[in-house]
Formats: sequence, C-alpha cells, structure tokens
Amino acid sequence: MTKLNDKCCQACWHDWDHPCPDLIECMSAGPICHDSEPCRAKRQAAIAKLRREVISDPVIFVGTGTCGLAAGAGKTLATTKQWLEEKGITAEVVEVGCIGLCAVEPILDIQMPGKARVSFQEVSADSVGDLLESVMVNAQLPSEKVLGQHRPADGSALEPWQGAAWLDEHPFFAPQTRWVLANCGIIDPTHIEEYIARGGYAAIAKTIRSSTSAELCDEIETSGLRGRGGGGFVTGRKWKFALNTPAEQKYLICNADEGDPGAFMDRAVIEGDPHRLLEGMAIAAYGIGASKAYVYIRAEYPLAIKRLHEAIAQAHQYGLLGHNILDSGFNLEILVKMGAGAFVCGEETALINSIEGKRGMPRPRPPFPAVSGLFGKPTIINNVETLANLPGIALNGAEWFSSVGTAGSKGTKVFALSGKINLTGLVEVAMGTKLRQIIEDIGGGIPNGRKFKAVQVGGPSGGCVPTEHLDIEIDYESLKTIGAMMGSGGLVVMDDQTCMVDVAKFFMNFVQRESCGKCIPCREGTRRMLEILQAITRGRGRETGSDALDRFKGVMYLQRLAEVIRDTSLCGLGQTAPNPVLSTLRWFRDEYEAHIYERRCPAGVCTELLTYRIDPEKCRGCTLCAKKCPSGAILGAPKSPHYIIPDKCIGCGTCLEVCRFDAVIKE
Amino acid sequence: MKIEVNNKPVEARVGEMLLGVLRREGIKIPTLCNIDGMAPTGACRMCVVEVEGQRGLVPSCAYPTVEGMKVQTHSPRVIRARKTIVELLLADHPDDCLYCVRNNCCELQALAAELGVRERRYAGEKSVEKMDVSSPSIVRDPAKCILCGRCVRVCEEVQGIGAIDFIGRGSGTKVGTAFDGGLNVSSCIHCGQCVMVCPTGALREQSHLKEVIEAIHDPNKIVVVQHAPAVSVTLAEEFGLKAGGDITGTMTTALRKLGFDKVFDTAFAADLTIMEEASELVKRLTEGGTLPMMTSCSPGWIKYVEQHQPEFIDNLSTCKSPQQMMGAVLKSFYAKREGIEPKNIFSVAIMPCTAKKYEAERPEMARGGVPDIDAVLTTREFARLIKMRGIDMSALAPDSSDSPFGERSSAGKLFGASGGVMEAAIRSAHYLITGRELEKLEVKAVRGLEGVKEAKVNIDGLEIAVAVVSGLGNARRLLDEIKAGRKEYHFVEVMTCPGGCIAGGGQPFTTDPEAVRARMQALYKIDREAPVRVSHGNEEIQRLYKDFLEKPLSHKSHELLHTHYTKREVTL
Repeated sequence: MTKLNDKCCQACWHDWDHPCPDLIECMSAGPICHDSEPCRAKRQAAIAKLRREVISDPVIFVGTGTCGLAAGAGKTLATTKQWLEEKGITAEVVEVGCIGLCAVEPILDIQMPGKARVSFQEVSADSVGDLLESVMVNAQLPSEKVLGQHRPADGSALEPWQGAAWLDEHPFFAPQTRWVLANCGIIDPTHIEEYIARGGYAAIAKTIRSSTSAELCDEIETSGLRGRGGGGFVTGRKWKFALNTPAEQKYLICNADEGDPGAFMDRAVIEGDPHRLLEGMAIAAYGIGASKAYVYIRAEYPLAIKRLHEAIAQAHQYGLLGHNILDSGFNLEILVKMGAGAFVCGEETALINSIEGKRGMPRPRPPFPAVSGLFGKPTIINNVETLANLPGIALNGAEWFSSVGTAGSKGTKVFALSGKINLTGLVEVAMGTKLRQIIEDIGGGIPNGRKFKAVQVGGPSGGCVPTEHLDIEIDYESLKTIGAMMGSGGLVVMDDQTCMVDVAKFFMNFVQRESCGKCIPCREGTRRMLEILQAITRGRGRETGSDALDRFKGVMYLQRLAEVIRDTSLCGLGQTAPNPVLSTLRWFRDEYEAHIYERRCPAGVCTELLTYRIDPEKCRGCTLCAKKCPSGAILGAPKSPHYIIPDKCIGCGTCLEVCRFDAVIKE
Repeated sequence: MKIEVNNKPVEARVGEMLLGVLRREGIKIPTLCNIDGMAPTGACRMCVVEVEGQRGLVPSCAYPTVEGMKVQTHSPRVIRARKTIVELLLADHPDDCLYCVRNNCCELQALAAELGVRERRYAGEKSVEKMDVSSPSIVRDPAKCILCGRCVRVCEEVQGIGAIDFIGRGSGTKVGTAFDGGLNVSSCIHCGQCVMVCPTGALREQSHLKEVIEAIHDPNKIVVVQHAPAVSVTLAEEFGLKAGGDITGTMTTALRKLGFDKVFDTAFAADLTIMEEASELVKRLTEGGTLPMMTSCSPGWIKYVEQHQPEFIDNLSTCKSPQQMMGAVLKSFYAKREGIEPKNIFSVAIMPCTAKKYEAERPEMARGGVPDIDAVLTTREFARLIKMRGIDMSALAPDSSDSPFGERSSAGKLFGASGGVMEAAIRSAHYLITGRELEKLEVKAVRGLEGVKEAKVNIDGLEIAVAVVSGLGNARRLLDEIKAGRKEYHFVEVMTCPGGCIAGGGQPFTTDPEAVRARMQALYKIDREAPVRVSHGNEEIQRLYKDFLEKPLSHKSHELLHTHYTKREVTL
C-alpha cells in the first residue's frame, strides 16, 4: 500500500468505476468494510507518515507561495537542495504555501526524525547553508533564526526541542483562530493525501451521505456564515434562492478575482491549501444542486492556477470530483476560468459576463444571479474564503461555527495586513477581535517608533478607521457604523507620515481607472472626484487663470458628487467608490482643511504644498542650490545668503538635498 | 396590481418595468441609454427614481414593479442626481453645440435645458479623441460620445454586425472598432442604424453637402438629382410635420429651387430594377440558377453577404440597386441623348440611407473613371440644404419630375418599405410568366413591420416560396435556417434596416415605431391611389427598353444595370 486509496487487502472492493461511499473514512480510519488488524495498522502507518508524525528522513519545508518566492524562497530552495546533495544527506524537501507571516519570509521549517518541526525566519539563500549545518549536523537551533517549533499533536511521539519557543505562542499566531488557514504553510498543497490525512474531504463525504441539499442550506444558514467577499450576505439564504429556482442546470462560481489593493488571502488559500477550496465548492454545489462549477481567477495568479489544476486532477483521480462522487449520485465538474484582472470582474454580474465571453460589465439587478445568472441559469457566486469555511461547518456543525464570533457575524475572518506595520502578512482571527489587537499584538505595531494614524479596512470600497475607533470589535455591522466595511479583508495600516488626502487620492485613482466605464456616475464622477483631490494637493505655482476658483468650487461639490455616485451607480463598485473620500473626510477633515485653506500638507507628503526657505544665518552663498533648482526659484549672489521665490518654487526638495550647510528649511 | 407613484395609486402589471408604467401615466422620465423594444442595460442612470425602502436610487428602465411599491419620480434627490449626471457628461463634452450637426436635436442638450443646467460645476480635463472620418458613410466623433451604448447594442443585437464595442476601461473607456482601427477597415456595413440611435453628434453621416452645393454653382456641370422612394414620405418630419405625409410634389419644386437642373425619381429606376430582377428570377426559376435568389438593392446587406456570408454571393441578384441603375443610365443613355459629356454630369442621389454613400464609391459603380453617382445626400442633409437656402416648404406649389425618368409606377415607390421589392417583383413576375396581371395586386403577406415575413405565391400552378426580412440580425437567422436546410425559398428580399428604407440610417431621427408605421402607410396609400401600379406598366420604362436597352437581361443591360460581388476579408 503506497497510496491512501490503494487496497489494503483483497477484501477492499473500492475502485474508480464502483466507488466506495466510505472511501474517505476508510482512508483515514479504516478499514470500514472488514475488520483486520494488519489492514488497520497499514492504514494508520500511512496516515501517520502523511501527518509527519513518523518520519524516517529529515524533512525540510520551504514556504514557496508567491510571497515567499518574492522574498527569495526560490533561491533558498535551490541552495537547500544543492547543500543536501553536496553533503550527501538524504532528506525530503517539501514546498508548502505561506504560513501567513510574510514579513519574515523566506520561512523554512526543518523536522528531524523523532523531533518536533521548527520554523525558521528570514532564511535567505546566503544563510540557509549555515542554518542547515547547525540544525541537521550539529543539532543546534540558531536562536536568532527560530520562529518557533510546531506543537506535536496529542499522543504524538515527537520530541520537542529544548529551549525553543512554541510557534503557537508566537505573538503573531497566539491570538489567531486558524480555521481557513489551518493547513496553509503546513501541508504540501500538491498532495491530496496530506489534506485527507488531516481530515480533508470528510465533510463532503459526510454531507452527501447524510444531508439533503435543503438541509445543508439550513445548516449553513443556521451557522451564520456570511459572504467573505465584501457584501456579507448570509450564505445559506443566498443558496436557497438558487436551490428553490427550478432549472435543469445550475452553476456555482468561486470568485477568486481578488482585486483589492493589499488583499492576498484568496491567493494564499489556493496556493497553500487548494483542496480545502475544492471541498468547499463541492459542498456548495451540492447545497444548491449545481453539477458544474467555475473558479474565476485572475491570470496574475499563475501559481494559484497551477495548484488548482493539480488539485482538480487529483480530486478526479480519487473520485472526489466528476461523475457519481463517492457513489452518491452527485456529479461535479470544476473548471478554471482565468480573468484578465479587471477589478470590476469581482462584481458578480460582471464576472458572469466575463465567463460568458463578454466584456466584464455589470448587469442591472434584478434579476439576481441566484435566479438568473451564468447563461441565464441560477448561479451562486461565493468567494474563496466563504467556500473554504464550508468544510469546517459541514463537518463540525453549525453550532461549532457559530460559537465563535459576534451576534451578527460568526466564525473567523482572514485579514491581509499590510502598510506601515511591523509584521505584514495574513492573519485569521475570530469575529469580534479588536482592531487594536490585530495591529498592536499580531501585527507588532508601527515600525520605526512612528505613531499609528489610521487603518484602511476593506480596500477601495471600504473606509479608514482612526485611532479613536481602534477598540471596535470587528464584524460586518460595527465596521459600517464607522464608515468602513469588511470588504474582502484588506487592512492597510497608515502611520503619522501618511497624508489622508493622498490616501483618498490613491483610492480614487484606483477606482476611476478600474471603473468598467458603463454607468455615467461611476465613470465620470470618480474621475472628477480624483481631479478635485488632485487640485487641492497641487501647488499654487502651477495654477493659472481660474484654477484657484475651480479648486474651491470642486471642494464645495465634492460631497454632493460623492452622494450622487453612491446613490445612482449601477454596481457595488460604483456605489462604494466615494467611500475612501467620505471616510477620510469624516475622520480627517482637519487634514483636508489644512490642504485647502492653509495650502499645506501636515504629513509632508504632498510635495507641491511644501514650502522651502533658506535660513540666511546658515546660508554661505555657495550657489549650489540655485544651480540645481529645476525651476530657477533661487536667487542670490555668490557668498551672500540666497532666497527662494515662493511663487516659483515647485516644492521638489532638491535644494534641501544638496545644501551642505543645513540652511534649507522645509515647512 | 397597484403601486403608488408620487403619492397617487397607479395600476401596473406584475414584473413590468417601472419606466413603462410611468410613461403610461404621462410622467416623463428622461433616458439616454434606453432603446424602446430592447432589453435595458441600466447604463446611463438618467431614469433613476426613488423607491421607498431602497438604499440608493433605482433605474426605472430596469426595475420591475412590485405590488405596493412607493415611487417618487421627481423628488429633489432624484432631480439632483439626474442633473449631476448631465453635468458630469457635459464636463467631458466639447462645448461646441453651435457648431454641432445635432444642435437643436441633441438629447443631451435637451436634457441639460430641461434640468436647468446653468453652471459648469465640474471643470476638469476633457478626453482628447480623434475623429474617425475613414468611412465613406459615417463619421465618428468620440469626443461627443457619452457612452450610452445604444450604437453598440443596435450594431450587435439588431444588425448582428458588432463592428463597434466598448474598448478600454475606466474614464478611458470609449466606443471603437476591433483593434481601434478606422471604421473603413472594420466589419461596419454602413447601415447608419447607429447614427439613428445616437443621442448626440458622436455619430453622423459623412456629408456630401459641400460637393453638391459646389456642383450646383459650377456652370460647367449639369446637376441631376434623383430622390429615393422613401424620402418623400419622411422629409416633412424634418419640417415639424407629423410622420406619414407624402410631399413628392413640393419636394420636387424645392429641388428645382435649389438649382438642380433635372429632377428624376429613383422609383423610375426601381421599376427598371424590377424589370431586370423579375426577369432574372423567372430565368433562374425556369432555366436554372442559384436559388433562392436574393435582392440586391440594399448596399449594407450586400456588404454583409460579401464579408460575413460569402457562400451566398451567388444567390444575390446581379441587378444593381435603383440608385446605381439610375446613375448608369444617366451617364450613358441620357448623356448621349442630351449630348452631354458624362463627366460633366454631376449626379446626386437623395437617399434615406448612409450605405448608399458607400455604394456610390464602390469601384465597380464607375465606368472609365467616372462614377455613376457623384454625391449622395441623406434625407437629413437634404432638409438641411433646404433650410440653408431659405426655402419655405409650406409656400411651394407641387411640381412633377422631369422626363424621361420622372414617371414611375407605384410598385417602384413601394421599394421604400420592407416587402416592397417583393411585392413589385411578384406583380411583374406574374405578368412575365403568364402574360396577365395579378387579380389582386396587393400581397398582404409581405407587408407590415415584422422582421420576417413569409408567403407562398401561386403563379399559374408554379408555387413560389418567398421570404421578406429586414434588419440584418433577422437576415442572419434566416440564412442560418437556409444553410441548415430547415427553410427553402425561391426568392428572398432583404433590407438592411428594420422596416426597410423608411427607417433607413439617413432618415429623420425617430425611434418611434408609430412614426415608421405611418411612413409605411403613406407608401401603401400612394400605391392604392396610383394609376400605374406595376413596373412593367411604366411607359417610360417601356420606351427606354425600346430606344436603348432592347429587353431585360440584354447585353446592354448586363453592361449597365448588372454588377458582381466579391468576398471581403475583414475582422469580424
């Protein structure tokens, strides 16, 4: 028996054409159909090996998700293999996904036979040789590299390392509740059996055997699971619309068109644990009565696409996709459809158009996709994280899921932490966790001793949360009360060197570029909003004619424009497009006012609003600044103090850079 | 079902879109992207209304009514939204209304006036777009485009061509052709239906007014003009009159006043076409030939077959269109008879059509470097010319066309509506085969505005299956049926524009189906009251054959009146 689905003995009758309904249970705790101690031993040994509770050779795990590769994990991997070959050491090298702590990648884990697995941080190609030498040859853990050791499962014979901290006690991991990300960075995503060995596919096996579609919908609705893609609609209720619409064909679509700036949780889940998504999709498809499903994924995620294709092929081999899954009569084909990366294609109806081969533009609703969606058939579109939550609910029950979270928002939420924060990465926390805890404890606070200013929640559709609301307990409703929204879960942290007008400008620029161009308020309105913001961050030097008047007029109409865009836009993208402006206006009005009335940028970001002057006491008249000034704004005779003409200065800061006497003052 | 509109109870049907209900109630709701009879896209957001319980405003065009819903159609919030939308459009619109061809008949301009836009609230950068003048028929001015998408939908959904679509993203979105090339290298078939639905001046015809005016004032040119059958029943609308009036007489007077030397009726050439085409049909039926024979008078349809359906090229009648037959006869027979050098004749055609401009420029429509038709004016351009010259149409006494090509049968006049060619051809084919006139000249089965009409005509035991389609989307479906072997016909009439030339791309702007119906009725009325109702009964036609062409399908007619078609490679 080399594979889990191999026969343990002749008594096993499972084969591809005649699937055994108990296949999954048999593989993980079998045999079921006959009682044989040797068979049980064989199976348990196989599982223990897959769970790496018993290993004969050392195992080296390298986190080679996209983020790891970007940090240099590819080189680390190659150097590791080379080192092993040179030293003549036999070891298994496994590529895993991202464990979430992107800030300290490349992350490399080593598990020596009989010992607990240890994660090491910042293992570059240069340092990997020393690390391997130290751990594998000298059995010493270099303390500065240790991230933490993995706690062996109960009853495991693995021996912990002395003096090494537990990974689950690391401040980044300790406050997390890792359900969706449980396997990410732990298991080999290219190996379906590792997923099965950790309880994978048990949920779909249980569901198709013991629940009807309607019962499953009820269960999911009772669990309180809400769409993790942004809207937060109750998943089970949405399914029921599709389930109760009679049609000969229904579709499930997995929305993996992750497009928010600073959001990468879907990618990490697919790269690190693709079978969890496939199992979730199988459960959802069963729930709505769909036999065909699509994963709509952006083509910029080549690794995730590769992992998906591998996983789908493997699931087919094991009879977990395709015709008559586990002899239940339930059929499911999953197709991967690549998108060209338009932000708007994350919107349900635009996504449907895109799959149909049309231009990705939203359609008016009603009719809702759940009633008439892809090719006019009832279609449910769920986000990756929503689907990845399903195996847990289906296996452990609605109550298990709803025991975590707040009154209106159950379970956990994955957030992508980025921006001005020490530990960037993916975190999964229980709903109701305080934002402050995520930023200060998990994320390790703001780097370089700067002060926290705000955190943008929910991408371009969301809003920013200022310091005074950091103690809010995250859920769908609470975020709305402060003008933000859950969105897909991007958290972009900003410190006191961030200009909020500049932030609003960034998001408006994003939205106006990514608008599909269909409806007028979104297409034209966002463009004008951006222009208004650009005008207030533009220096006087470049203003001509009635520019100043237009600047003030723009500000007067900003709010009105934002409201009309929100009120009249066709799709969610447009309706939420003004949010970054409305939200920054609400919490940081003083910054806007400083830009508008005082013509200065308190954070010192908007270069054109900075003013420079020369301290005549310090200036030695070396003329260097005058020579370098690109706009000829500096006057002065050699050897006498120079002077900057404010109207000519474009605020580029060149004089400040070149002055050797610290005579230039930035204000 | 009852709903409440502006605090008053209103009757509505379940699932009916709100916009229809409101219009029925006499509430005017502005729209820009809506096309009556087509599925709403909800793009322009002009028709938004307030529905109680809804967070945002909802587009009434795409919002189904629900029992008991409460609607406010003109609340301050709604009006502010509509006004802002118009202001946003204007912020990226050239400020050249006074120079615009659509000045005073522009939907955007009208909305700005209605909503009281008095101030440039949003000043900002304007998109810089280049005009596309590459097409012989249609000028695209993307700077004036408000991206309502009506042209895109008509081209794709009605005509089945898809020559234009949205390209780009965000504020860089525009309507363009494949690979953003000129319209001339696209799959455009020049029908001008896009122009008909364009609310602004972003799409218009390639104007020949300048050439025509210059020719009129050139003492060396004899300027002759022909007017198409569908022009006289629509021109009046350009002067504010109700649709459906025939003003052939006053129109002729106006043409003379404009300085045209000779005024001829294209319906005469239509009679000539029928003589040739009916004979060709009889020949194909009796001696063998590719069937079904398909009409060839609609140039958009010809280009469509050449580029989309080349396997049907042999099915096309080899007859030139009436415009080109008239052009050919004018510059041969007429020139010779009058002793004028063909190059000194400036031949103008007034057409309900933009594709006719393209047709006139086809190289096979010229002999010895002299084109048979020198300029084509649409009905709209013609009206502009009349207004420019200060001619008061209401003060004109009717006049009749010039000889020898002024007399027409009403069969030729019927060409202006879908089914007209078929009806005229049946009348003459019956005569050609049996030597007798049809007992009942009207062929009701091929009349009307339906997109596809079928009939079986019995001519002395010979049963001929005919089909009449208008709108190329319908034509494509019919060809698919024929290809699949599900349908068999002997003769098929195809008009590019839905309803035929009365709704052609060069006609006065209206999307009202009732107006089109009225135009059609006007043609039927002319037919009812006409003294000569069959093409072969046109005495001037008979004379032309006697003096010049000998007989239908003669060598001479083949040389002058027939043409050939070629497969065209375009990006489809």
